[in-house]
Amino acid sequence: MDISLINSYNEQDSSCHRIDARAKFIFTLLFILCIILTPPDNWSAYIAYFITIISLISLARLPGRYVLKRSLIVMPFVLMLAIFIPFFKEGEIAGSYNIRSWNLTVTYDGIQVMTNLLIKAWLSMLGLIWLTSTTKTNDLFHALGRLHLPQVLVMILSFMYRYIFVIIDEMMRMKQARDSRNFGGGKLWQLRTIGNMIGTLFIRSYERSERVYAAMISRGFDGQTRTLDNLNFRRSDIFFIITLVIILAAINIVNLLVLN
Amino acid sequence: MEEIIRINNLSFSYPDGRKVLENIFLSVQRNETIGLIGPNGAGKSTLLLHLNGILRTSAAVQVLGKEINKNNLRWIRARVGLVFQNPDDQLFSPTVFDDVAFGPINMGYSRTEVFQAVKHALKEVGMEEFEQRSPHHLSLGEKKRIAIATVLSMNPEILVFDEPTSNLDPRGRWSLIRLFQKLSATKVIATHDLELVQALCQRTIILNHGQIVADDTTTKILSDMQLLKNNGLAFEEIP
Repeated sequence: MDISLINSYNEQDSSCHRIDARAKFIFTLLFILCIILTPPDNWSAYIAYFITIISLISLARLPGRYVLKRSLIVMPFVLMLAIFIPFFKEGEIAGSYNIRSWNLTVTYDGIQVMTNLLIKAWLSMLGLIWLTSTTKTNDLFHALGRLHLPQVLVMILSFMYRYIFVIIDEMMRMKQARDSRNFGGGKLWQLRTIGNMIGTLFIRSYERSERVYAAMISRGFDGQTRTLDNLNFRRSDIFFIITLVIILAAINIVNLLVLN
Repeated sequence: MEEIIRINNLSFSYPDGRKVLENIFLSVQRNETIGLIGPNGAGKSTLLLHLNGILRTSAAVQVLGKEINKNNLRWIRARVGLVFQNPDDQLFSPTVFDDVAFGPINMGYSRTEVFQAVKHALKEVGMEEFEQRSPHHLSLGEKKRIAIATVLSMNPEILVFDEPTSNLDPRGRWSLIRLFQKLSATKVIATHDLELVQALCQRTIILNHGQIVADDTTTKILSDMQLLKNNGLAFEEIP
């Protein structure tokens, strides 16, 4: 499996790609925080956030199809959580259905909260896609470390990024070996085989971790992670972060004034 | 001649009691290239893991005249560069640069020293342009070269390889063998690859069932068909 399948645009060059990873990370965090804290009925604010992130995405020259496709990946999960809200939220009743002895009522408030949840999730996804598609993964890890995220977490992330493909490859080979021996039989038998494969994969990964650790201590690892990076906070990064914080603040201030 | 590694009666067994190494005596001189051959499960890898103190069961191993103990582990590991068999275990960082820089950074080199060491090590293995690549993208031969660079960057005096040519095609094997010829350090190479042993090593050791069966010049050992056959290392005629 090819690593570029996961991220195809973060090696390109644009004004967004050149911004320091820390600045982009802080902005994305603030952006998501603002979205989460915006009340559900404040549509103008959501439109403003949408315009902000879309301008950033087009500034980074990311293709719309790619962004749209990626942003929709998470939606089924959010929908699964949100779908029940209209039935439970109290308020003005939009419709009620009788299924046998059940009486289901849907409220306007509930529908609003549900749509709002979907919009919030989608806008946050757009922000994350912008971040990860304009930042080299390695720089992002370094940035997290520099922003004092615990080193252990940064290391776990970077190991995951390094080994997920190795493990996927291993799984593929196991699948091929299984299919070559004519995988069939009843449902229960199939489940057992899959269970065994997952178990084997787990044990192999565990053993691999021991070998990786041996390779690490062979090169002087003592539990302290030290990294070198080329992160360099320039004036343009400060300019970027100030501009966008002002935009976010403006959206919120205007909305406060309009609401009151 | 200066003795660089000395193993004095080393025995090792797994926690379940299975014996892996038994009464190993070994002395390695500076600038020697030693082939360590033996069938699968003979204990070759276990022996190599003792050379830089990953496994420490007794005080039997001395490197550069010093017994390996807790306090000099870092010092020892900077001098004994161990290259593992599977480069996917050795290369664990998101980029080639990070991996080659890992040792020097842990050794406490300064920023400029780290950059120099990485550049130099990658040049030695002929992979200068790969700094920013992800190890996942590389071919096996390329990965093996980078894995070697990750220990060369610490400028070790002893290089220890575990099955360096396994899974490589003949061209990849020979280009690796030629690379080894250029490396100036003392080398200990565990392998099944008798061609490699013939091309590189003056001295060969046969390990079987955790014991040293033979320790002699390569010419002598590789010409003793009976010895090779007894240890599962020779071609067998198909009747």
